[in-house]
Amino acid sequence: MKYALFLGCTIPARLTQYESSSRAILGNLGVELIDIKEFACCGYPLRNIDFKASILASARNIALAEKENLPMLILCKCGFGTLKHADHILKEDPSLRNEINATLKKEGLEYNKGVEIRHLLSVLYHDVGSEAIKEKVTRPFKDLRIATHYGCHALRPSEITQFDDPVNPTLFDNLVTLTGAESIYWEKRIDCCGAPLTGVNDDLSMDLTEKKLANAKQSGADFLCDACSYCHIQFDTVQGMITHTTSNNNLLPAILYPQLLGLSMGIDGRTLGLAENTIDITSIERRLSE
Amino acid sequence: MFYSISLYISIAIFICGLIYKIATWLSRKIGVDSKDIPTSKRLSSALKGIIVTIFSAKILTLIKIFVLDVLLQRKVLNEDTFRWLTHILIYGAFMLLLLMHALDTFITSAVFSNYSATLNPFLFLRDLFGALVIIGICMAIYRRFILKPPRLHTNSMDTFAIVLIAIIMISGIILEGTKIGSYSLYKDMVTDYAGIEEGEEEFKALTAFWVHKFGTISPDIKAPFEAALLEEGKELHEMSCSGCHSQPQWAFIGYPFARTLKGAALGLDKAGVHTLLFYIHFLACFIGLAYLPFSKFLHIITSPLSLLANSIMDKKESDPANIATRQALELDACTHCGACTARCSVGVIVEERGNVNILPSEKIQSIKGAVAKGKTDESERRRILEGTYICTNCHRCTDVCPSGINLEDLWFNVREDMLKADYPEFSVLSPLSFYRGLMREGIPADDYNRPLIQAKEAIASTCELMKAPDKAVTLTPASKELQDSLLLSDQADTFSACFGCQTCTNACPVVAAYENPKEVLGMLPHQIMYAAGLGIKDLAFGSKMLWDCLTCYQCQEQCPQGVHVTDVLYELKNLAIKNTASNVESSGG
Repeated sequence: MKYALFLGCTIPARLTQYESSSRAILGNLGVELIDIKEFACCGYPLRNIDFKASILASARNIALAEKENLPMLILCKCGFGTLKHADHILKEDPSLRNEINATLKKEGLEYNKGVEIRHLLSVLYHDVGSEAIKEKVTRPFKDLRIATHYGCHALRPSEITQFDDPVNPTLFDNLVTLTGAESIYWEKRIDCCGAPLTGVNDDLSMDLTEKKLANAKQSGADFLCDACSYCHIQFDTVQGMITHTTSNNNLLPAILYPQLLGLSMGIDGRTLGLAENTIDITSIERRLSE
Repeated sequence: MFYSISLYISIAIFICGLIYKIATWLSRKIGVDSKDIPTSKRLSSALKGIIVTIFSAKILTLIKIFVLDVLLQRKVLNEDTFRWLTHILIYGAFMLLLLMHALDTFITSAVFSNYSATLNPFLFLRDLFGALVIIGICMAIYRRFILKPPRLHTNSMDTFAIVLIAIIMISGIILEGTKIGSYSLYKDMVTDYAGIEEGEEEFKALTAFWVHKFGTISPDIKAPFEAALLEEGKELHEMSCSGCHSQPQWAFIGYPFARTLKGAALGLDKAGVHTLLFYIHFLACFIGLAYLPFSKFLHIITSPLSLLANSIMDKKESDPANIATRQALELDACTHCGACTARCSVGVIVEERGNVNILPSEKIQSIKGAVAKGKTDESERRRILEGTYICTNCHRCTDVCPSGINLEDLWFNVREDMLKADYPEFSVLSPLSFYRGLMREGIPADDYNRPLIQAKEAIASTCELMKAPDKAVTLTPASKELQDSLLLSDQADTFSACFGCQTCTNACPVVAAYENPKEVLGMLPHQIMYAAGLGIKDLAFGSKMLWDCLTCYQCQEQCPQGVHVTDVLYELKNLAIKNTASNVESSGG
C-alpha cells in the first residue's frame, strides 16, 4: 500500500501532531507514504470567493499525484471533500478541464484521469482493514467512551464523497471500537463542528461548537474523537478559546483518531504529539490496559 | 588620481546610503505593530537588545546561525541544490576575489610578503575565482531567463545585479587578456624594472623570451628565435622579471583570451584599450559599491542581520519596538530570489486572479514600495490587501526564506492595517479568515469585526430589494439573466426544480441556531433557491444567509428534488462578490 500523503496548509503550520501521529500509525501498519513537496492549498478556502481558482488549486494537486501515479491519502476532511468535488467536476466538465489543463501545462502538469482520493479513515478501514489493525492493537483502552465526530465534508455530498452512509454512518465508530474504546451514539454526531465560520461569524461558530460538545458530553462521552484538521482545531484550540472567554468549563477534550489508535498500539504519547493539543488529553493514557 | 577620487566618492556614497538605510529601519512604520513607537525608542531598544544579546547565551545561537545559514546557506540548500550552487559560486568566489584581488594592497600583501598579482598562486587563483563567479552567473541567467520556473518574476533589480557582476567579471578578464599581450605595458615594465630601453641588444633578447613564453605581442620581434637569443633572454628574465611574474598560462581564462586577440593586440594596445577596460572594471566595482545600499546587493548586510535577528526574536516575547525595526529591515533583506513563491501554497491562484501580490516575493516588493512612498493609490493598496488575504497562513514562505524573513508576521501585520481601510475586502468572507479567527484575541474587537461587516454591507448595498422588504416584486417574466450566469458547472441550475418544501431550511444548522432566523439571516435557504429560480438577483445575493452558510451540505444531501443547494449557495457567493467588486471598482470607492 503506497499513497501520496497530502497534508494541506493547516497541518504543517498548526497541527503537526496530526501528521506525526498519522505517520506513526500508518508506518506501524505497513502503509508507505510518499511526500510530494509541491503539494499546496487544496482549494477549500477559496471556493467561497472564486470557484475556478479553487478547482485550479485542487486540480494541480491531483495532477501532481497523477504524475507520480499514486493515490492520495488526505488527513483533512475539508481537503478531502474539496479534492473529491474538484475531481468530480473535472471528470464531468471537459471544457473546464481543458481550461484548467492549459494553466497547469505551464508547470508541466496535466489532469488526465485523476487519481484515487482517499481519506485517512477510509484507507484504514477499507484498505488496511479491521483485522490488520486489530493485530497491532496491543494495549486496548478500557472503560473509555468516545464520541465520534464524522465531519461534514467527508460525509456529504455523499454521491461525490462516497465516504459512508450519510445518514447512518458506521465507519468511524467501527475504527474507534478497534482500539477497545466504546463508541457512543449521540444525536449531533454528523453535524458541523462550526469551523467554516471561524473568522467569519465567530459567535455562531462557537455556538455550534459548544452545542455539539455539550451534546456529546450529555451522551456520556469522555472524549471526542475527530479526524480532520479544521474540526480538530475547532474542538481543541477554539474550545480552549471558548472556555477562556466564557464561564463554560464544561470541557470535552478532543483527540485525533491516529492519536487514539496510536496509544492503543503502544506508541508513546510523545511520538503522537499528545502534548501539542491545546487541551490536555494525557489523562486518556490512564485508560489504557496494561 | 581619478581612481582614488572615484573610490573615495563611492565609499562616501556607500556610507551615506547605509546611514540613510539604517535611519529608515528605525523610522519606517509598517502595519499595525509599529504604530506609536517613536524612532528614539526604537533606537534605544535596538541598542539595548544588541548589547543584552551579545552578553547572553543567545550569542551561541547567533554563531550557529551565522555559520549554517549565513556562510553555508543551509536554507537555500534545503530547498534547491541548483540555486544553492549558483549562489555559493557567485557570493563565495566573489568574496574571495574581493579579499585577495580587490583589497590586495590591504590584505594579501600584508599576509604574503612576496605578493604580486602576476605571481602564482595569486595569478591562477584570480582566474579560478573569476571562472567560478562566471559559472554562477551563467547558472543564474539560465534559471531566470531560460529555465523560468513557474511564477518566478525577474525585475529590473535582479537584472541589474546579474549585469553588474557580469560586467565586472568580463571586463576583468578582457583587461587581463589585453595586458598579457600588451607591448606598451611590457616596454614600460622593462624600463622600470630591468633598466633596459628599446633598441638595446638586451631588449631584443628579453623581448624574444617574453614573446616566446609570456604571450607578449611585439611589432617587430617575432618568432622563430634562435636558441642562444632565448637563452640570453631567459637569463635577463630571471634577473629582473621572474620575481614578480609566473607564466601567464596559469591565468587560464585571461591567457587563451589574449591568444585569440593576438592579431588585433597591437592595434588594441595602441588605442589604449587596456586603460579603457581598467576604467570600466574599477568603475563598475565602484558603482556597485556606491549603489549597494539602494540595490538588492544590500542583502549582503541585511540578510545576515535578518537571519540573526529572527533566530533569537519572537513576536510574543521580544520588544515591540525591535519587532518594528526588524520588519523595516526585513523589507531590505529580501533578495527577490523567489524561494517563497516557489513554495507558496496559493501561488497557482495568481493564474486565475491575476494579482501578482498573491505571490509572496512580489507582495513584499509591493509592500516595500508602498512603505517607501508613504502614500500609494487605492487600487494598489487593494491589490496588496487582496494579496495578503489570499493566503492560507501555511508558514511555508517563512520556513524557506533564505534571508530568514518572518513573512507570515509581516503579512499579518500589513493585513490588519490595511483591513482598516474604507474599501471592502471580500476574501474575509471565506475560510481564509480561519487563521484570523484563531488570532482574534490579539486584535481589538472593533478592528476585528469591521472588515467583516464592511464586506457584507457592501454586498447588501447593491441589492435594492433587500433594503425595501415591502416592495412588491414583479414576477413575470422571470429573469433568465441570473440563471444564465450560474454556469460554474456544479449543476447549480438545479434550483429550478425547487418546489419550496423547505426541507433544506429545516435541515440547516444555521437556521436552527437562531430563534428568529429570518430576522438575522434575511432569506432562508429555500427562499434563496426560490429567488434564484425566479431570477431575482437582489434577493439571492443580498441575504446574510449566504455568508453564514457552513457549507455542511445537510441541505443538499436531504433535498428531495436533487437541488444542489450548497453548490448554488457557493455559486451565488462567487457571483455576489464578483458583481459587488466590479461595482465598487467602477464607482472608484
